Amino acid sequence: MSVEASNTATMERPAAAEQPVIVVDKVSLAFDDKVVLKEVSFTLMPGHTKVILGASGSGKSTILKLILGLWKPDGGAIWVNGERVDTMRELELMKVRADVGMVFQEGALFDSLTVGENVGYKLYEESDSSLEQARARVEEVLGFVGLRDFIERMPSELSGGQRRRVAIARAMAAKPRILLYDEATTGLDPITAITVDEEMVKLRDLEGVSSIIVTHQLRDAFFVATHQAVRQRDGYAISPADARKCDEAEFIMLKEGVVSFEGNAAELRAAKDTYLRSFLS
Amino acid sequence: MLPLLDAWLKGAVLEVQEYVRLQIATIRGALSRPFYFRDVVEQFEQIGIGSLTVVLLTGFFTGAVLALQTGITLDQFGARPFVGRLISASMVKELGPVLTGLMLAGRIGSGIAAELGSMVVTDQINALRALGTDPVRKLVVPRVLAGFFMAPVLTVISDTVGIIGGWLIAVFQLRVASSLYWTSVVDGLYIYDAWMGIIKPFCLGYVIVTIGCHVGLRTAGGTQGVGRATTNAVVASSVAVIAVDFFVTRLLITLFGQG
Repeated sequence: MSVEASNTATMERPAAAEQPVIVVDKVSLAFDDKVVLKEVSFTLMPGHTKVILGASGSGKSTILKLILGLWKPDGGAIWVNGERVDTMRELELMKVRADVGMVFQEGALFDSLTVGENVGYKLYEESDSSLEQARARVEEVLGFVGLRDFIERMPSELSGGQRRRVAIARAMAAKPRILLYDEATTGLDPITAITVDEEMVKLRDLEGVSSIIVTHQLRDAFFVATHQAVRQRDGYAISPADARKCDEAEFIMLKEGVVSFEGNAAELRAAKDTYLRSFLS
Repeated sequence: MLPLLDAWLKGAVLEVQEYVRLQIATIRGALSRPFYFRDVVEQFEQIGIGSLTVVLLTGFFTGAVLALQTGITLDQFGARPFVGRLISASMVKELGPVLTGLMLAGRIGSGIAAELGSMVVTDQINALRALGTDPVRKLVVPRVLAGFFMAPVLTVISDTVGIIGGWLIAVFQLRVASSLYWTSVVDGLYIYDAWMGIIKPFCLGYVIVTIGCHVGLRTAGGTQGVGRATTNAVVASSVAVIAVDFFVTRLLITLFGQG
């Protein structure tokens, strides 16, 4: 991977009328001789979901790290909320990251901090919120993921599923408009995975969060794409999504660093491509 | 053979480049906002207070064994009463700084490399960045400040308990009068020695911690990589302690003469 991003990308700033929250334009990346991504392009509209599928090592997680500016691409351009991030310096990226949350593989919780401190990290350390405000928000988001009673526990005392849910709470605590999920359900039992899936659906439909979900768990991907959360008087309900909602969730299939499919859940199910069929079976 | 040498040289140059970049970022982070004061205090406590036991024990027994060994040798020249002079000069000028440095390299260098290395392989460093925190400001700056300022304090403590250890042996084993020992200790020290003994630990503390941070932040390869990073940090910082001690001593002699 080159340290400096290429400036050869020709794309101009996305038109204001379209207002996509994320634009990935012909992004390429290689580690020495190994090509990880080759001219990958897609956009994410506000409130929509993009599910990136692919085999292990196909470059799925890499895309999230590029969007967040943790890595720099060799070529192409990436825009987040209208700001080009692939050429930004670390200090400037901090402002862009204020509106983006990321759920890392295995959670990446800070071992030395309690659950409450993990969730409220950004509020306590990087914002002007008072301690009372931060504490209230931490309790609110932990309640959202059903872990309010775990606020004083250490990450080592949590199960795998609980760690993921704390990671989701941490990512959403500062109310970002974009959430990136990196294998948030991998390795979880089906019941816990569904709980995490429901959190993703709730955040998208009840909080208006745009999301990119990287996974190779098809069941979870289809669940998020084909369900919706609806607010009710006594809370919320998860139900099968209507056709419009289903269209707002798009799938991308990565094969050896190249986008080999892009479409909604129905189109993915109907795909005839041999690789896709073998992946779906 | 040539490709191997080429790869090794490139790797070595890259390590030096990244080490220098980390130091520049650290200095910049220490001189500008945001400044994580709570983490700095925490690191002063962990590096300073946490290392006290090992430094006390090392200093005490070094002073004691020095008195034991040199007492026998000095006896051959009828110079037993001068044992205090030898101990104070050795401890303050050389043994105190170097042995404290080596102890800190083992304790702090390894700890920092293991802690930061674990954070790298579990994506916690990336999580920090994603949450809007610069890992250098949050993790490296507090440790470097703590290492830089606490190493001299620990060295002074080590020197003191070393001289006390020597006193115990001198009085109870070598049968040197206590007053004679302390007079000799003071006679053996010049202000130049004190400066040398206090300047060196600043450099050693800085080098130990920056090496630990550099190695830790460049960890790769899972838990096996963390183990490798820890070993590398201890080896590199221990060698650096000896090397830096030599060069700083040489520099100080050049600047101030032999005292």
